[in-house]
Amino acid sequence: MREIVVISGKGGTGKTTVCAAFAHLATNKIICDLDVDAPDLHILLRPEIKESHPFISGNEAVIRSDACIACGQCAELCRFEAVRQKEGSYSVDPLRCEGCGVCAALCPQQAIDFPETRCGDWFVSQSRFGLMVHALLSPGKENSGRLVSLLKAEARNRAKELGLDTILCDGSPGVGCPVISSLSGARLAVGVVEPTPSGRHDFGRVADLCRHFRIPLAVIINKADLNAAEADAIAADCAEQGHLLLGRLPFDPVVTRAMVQRQALTEFDNPLGALLKDMWSALQDFPAGKRQA
Amino acid sequence: MRIAIASGKGGAGKTSVTASLARVWDSPLVAVDTDAEAPNLHLFLKPRLLESMRAGLDVPRLDVARCDACGRCRDICRYKAIAAFAGKISLFPDMCHGCGGCFAVCPHNALEVTQRELGVIENGDALDGSIHFLMGRTRIGEAMTPPLLRQLHARLDALLQEAAADALLDAPPGVSCPAVTVARDVDMLLLVADPTPFGFHDFQLAHQAFRPLQKPLAVVVNRAGAEGNADGDEAVRAYCRREGLPLLAELPFERAAAEQYASGSLLADLSDAWRQRFASLRDALRQVGREVSHA
Repeated sequence: MREIVVISGKGGTGKTTVCAAFAHLATNKIICDLDVDAPDLHILLRPEIKESHPFISGNEAVIRSDACIACGQCAELCRFEAVRQKEGSYSVDPLRCEGCGVCAALCPQQAIDFPETRCGDWFVSQSRFGLMVHALLSPGKENSGRLVSLLKAEARNRAKELGLDTILCDGSPGVGCPVISSLSGARLAVGVVEPTPSGRHDFGRVADLCRHFRIPLAVIINKADLNAAEADAIAADCAEQGHLLLGRLPFDPVVTRAMVQRQALTEFDNPLGALLKDMWSALQDFPAGKRQA
Repeated sequence: MRIAIASGKGGAGKTSVTASLARVWDSPLVAVDTDAEAPNLHLFLKPRLLESMRAGLDVPRLDVARCDACGRCRDICRYKAIAAFAGKISLFPDMCHGCGGCFAVCPHNALEVTQRELGVIENGDALDGSIHFLMGRTRIGEAMTPPLLRQLHARLDALLQEAAADALLDAPPGVSCPAVTVARDVDMLLLVADPTPFGFHDFQLAHQAFRPLQKPLAVVVNRAGAEGNADGDEAVRAYCRREGLPLLAELPFERAAAEQYASGSLLADLSDAWRQRFASLRDALRQVGREVSHA
């Protein structure tokens, strides 16, 4: 099975736009939105939700004031500054609680409850491009990396059951826990980079991360004509680092128009759609992009 | 006043707004890049970095001679950083969240404190020495961003103790731990809304995530007036009216602005009109801050 993850480092470079086009073009695949913090792929794909599951992950400490003797041990132990003292009574700030359970395990009065927390929901849906696995982390909740791992495991299981040979994933920005979880086990990363100082800088970091995990990287330069010199520099970086440069897309208001019409760029006639079709076929010839027999 | 510039969606314009506000800020300022996974503010403010400190997390190291493999450390660890194989304790420091539980329960002092490198915190000055600059940068391969951000906040506290100043914090995207870690320790949040369908969706998520913090919120729309997206612009305005969010400014969509950004230059330096937009935004932010402190 081949698992392709679209990433970028910097946000807003066009990951979801590219991923939607590839989701339209790919056959025999399952689609997976791993940007659980701020998922957008469903806006274009308008999937019909078939299954909805709560994402229960981690726990949260809650001090029972009736049992607490205000000894203050929990506040001393907590390394996340989550235990607050106010007028002699202690409470846990849920926004700071890491869910480590140390306060609850060691409380001499057993006055700290440690309930499980619901951090969001995940879904299996049907879209016009095929089956889709996606999620929504409850705003402000943690464990986005675990939710990403859960979605990938689910996508792999479904793909196996249904005999699908490709998992196409939309990743999240950054290089931290959700991105690391997204890349884990991936066959190929597609980096969408814009020729801006931020775009090139953050792409460099995510390219380093791919190297760290030994995942081959194919690159699309988006909005390439905004700064042609920077685009050339990115192309040179790719050649030097051994990344496959799939091509360049110009800055074009058609991207916003497609988004407003809830369409992938490849679904109607326009120059960017044509370029994306060429890129997708070039990807099929890249060793890491090939389907396995 | 500490103001975080946040967005939900990446690429909405947080860094552009932060950098240009810093340019027009006319009182003492610390500009802070808290997007430690993908820090970009330095690319626009081009600071002189004078000091670099490693940020580390306290993680355990096993003193085998003292360990009798009682397993209490393994039992308290919720992060799979400690395992017991064949009557021996094994540590996986990369999994550690730094909760310190293992140190607290070990009856034999068999765990020593060592550090896992999270990244670096750098500081210096920018804009010809007129502002302080502070940034965090995670190590590639490091999954945990919040502990570095907590140390960055502590560094900012120390700077502001030395000399009173306002602080503008360029926040991480998203609505989970990194963004919330930054947002909970500021006085006010400025949300940058991109009025495209993706941007508006993520803007609403950000509002839902930050509303429970009960901090003053204000909004700036970036790339307003893009061709064919009048409904998107109006959707953001209507949402702000409905939710009682002060909409302080609308920055227009212009190819020249996108090119200015792509060349690494500040929007506030593009023209007088752009400079005036950020000066007005600065004044409007201060007005919101004053109303809150008098309320």
